Amino acid sequence: MKLDFRSNRDFWSGLMFFVIGVAAIPIARDYPFGSTLRMGAGYFPTLLGAILILFGIYIMVKGLRRHEKIEGNWSLRALIMLPLSMVLFGVLMQYAGFIPALAVLIFWSAASGREFKFFEVLLVTVLLTVLSVGVFIWGLGLPYPLIKGF
Amino acid sequence: MELFNNLIFGFSVALSFQNVLYCFIGCLLGTMIGVLPGIGPMATIAMLLPITFTLPPVAALIMLAGIYYGAQYGGSTTAILVNLPGETSSVVTCIDGYQMARQGRAGPALAIAAIGSFFAGTVCTMIIAMFGPLIAEIAFKFRAPEYFSLMLMALVTAAVLSQGDTSKSLAMVSLGLLLGVVGADLNTGVQRFTFNITELADGIGFVIIAIGVFAVGEIISNLGELQERQVFTSKVESIYPTLQDLKQSIAPIIRGTAIGAFFGTLPGTGPAISSFSSYLVEKKVAKDPSRFGNGAIEGVAGPESANNAAAQCAFIPTLTLGIPGSASMALMLGALIIQGITPGPTVMTKNPDLFWGLIASMWIGNLMLLVLNLPLVGLWVSLLKVPYRLLFPAIMVFSSIGIYSLNNSPFDLYLAALFGALGFIWMRLGCPAAPMLLGFILGPLLEENLRRALLISRGDPSVFFTRPISLAFMIATVLILLTMAVPAVGKRKSSISG
Repeated sequence: MKLDFRSNRDFWSGLMFFVIGVAAIPIARDYPFGSTLRMGAGYFPTLLGAILILFGIYIMVKGLRRHEKIEGNWSLRALIMLPLSMVLFGVLMQYAGFIPALAVLIFWSAASGREFKFFEVLLVTVLLTVLSVGVFIWGLGLPYPLIKGF
Repeated sequence: MELFNNLIFGFSVALSFQNVLYCFIGCLLGTMIGVLPGIGPMATIAMLLPITFTLPPVAALIMLAGIYYGAQYGGSTTAILVNLPGETSSVVTCIDGYQMARQGRAGPALAIAAIGSFFAGTVCTMIIAMFGPLIAEIAFKFRAPEYFSLMLMALVTAAVLSQGDTSKSLAMVSLGLLLGVVGADLNTGVQRFTFNITELADGIGFVIIAIGVFAVGEIISNLGELQERQVFTSKVESIYPTLQDLKQSIAPIIRGTAIGAFFGTLPGTGPAISSFSSYLVEKKVAKDPSRFGNGAIEGVAGPESANNAAAQCAFIPTLTLGIPGSASMALMLGALIIQGITPGPTVMTKNPDLFWGLIASMWIGNLMLLVLNLPLVGLWVSLLKVPYRLLFPAIMVFSSIGIYSLNNSPFDLYLAALFGALGFIWMRLGCPAAPMLLGFILGPLLEENLRRALLISRGDPSVFFTRPISLAFMIATVLILLTMAVPAVGKRKSSISG
């Protein structure tokens, strides 16, 4: 039996549930616990934390016995870049305005794919930005400044 | 006849120019996005949700319902034409539908799917109109213990019936419940799990989780594929089924409708289990079962009707009890709450225009799908050919603007990004996200009813087992859990979904 748990998906799932449960209980203990008759704010989350710990252990053990591997391909690039494009959109909406936020979102998210053709992406960025301004700002009337400072 | 008066009232609401328009837009958008390969119905609904928030409640729900069955129907179209199931419920449609398409009979397959869905939709509209008020009447007698047990049953059923490992699904439900705790406690006002972040004081928005997990997570997963999926679309020549096709399909459509209506009404079960069951039934009753898998039209007619019947009847527990049976219904419920409507049996008495208008609009929507889809098959086929690398930035635009428009807060986008990454990781770890979303939306209600039930009973947990209706739900919950513990049933589940 090889201890190859790095690609063992049940082990990692179980560990995740376990860690969340372990983290939730001390936080929930800060809230008034109350009694079964009159539950405080901490009762329900403590209970859930305990349930998560139990499930976590059970799933981890099952994983170590069954060795089911993680399937499918991982694109680390997509996993980091795509969520980041949303974060950038949020930041830019606040400081730069609708058009720059959109342009960066589209360009950045397109760049997180495997196939990246510069001119095609540029064209898509321009088209989608124009379309979005038309639909969301003029059509649906969302009250966002197109470019801040103008 | 009260039923007729109610239905006439419903049609008077649904047939207003504005509501017909929103129903049409919903069906069109839902089908259009649902057809696109790599975008599931959950992502479609989640992405379009923020648009409906600006509408008045009735119009919003009508449009959402249109998006919902439009996306379902669009998913079947993709299943038949390119052998790509958008979600579990159209997995079986792929089997014979795609074979029919390869034999040049994509048109009749799509037509039968549309006709079967329309028939199922019509029957289910009647079922909701007839039984909705009856169930609501019973639900008026429900107190906190009954609601708690019912929600527990819905959550357990949804977890057990979702794809993959039951223990992981149940853990995901618990995780969803925990996420639902975030924010101010309803009873005492204590801030829970907010980490002093003011944006979390009202809890996490369900749209943020839904878009993050289902839209962004799905894209990350698709981008991980080594090469862009080649879409081979079959040519659609004639869309008209032959007389023989129709004859062969009548019985499967009726049986499928019955199966779907049954499973759809039960909270926790839904379209997937209905279409699987219908397929198995059709294969059993067929004179020559070997035709199945080689383009048997019954294998499309039955499951597609069952699928739509279940999707439609799923509105019964959502509207009358306030308990959604599936993740997409949970989104519907969330939309109701955002519109300021308290879900449950009071919807029918307090918002009759919403209840009856929505029911009437379902029938109109089904009619629209029938009229809209067959002539537009050509358009859907060409949409299938849009390369994914051009599609996903557009989904990101829709999702991001939708999330920002909720509170005009960048923090919501950071959260959605986090849930996007998590959604992808859960997908790869085989932890299903749909039960988590159901747990998240039901969480606050579950806690509230648990507290109330134990307050009434003076802290005695036996209250859940001494009241007959609550006991029945508890017994059902245990039975459902037991069926999963019996290996034979578990094996059958994996053989169907595998």
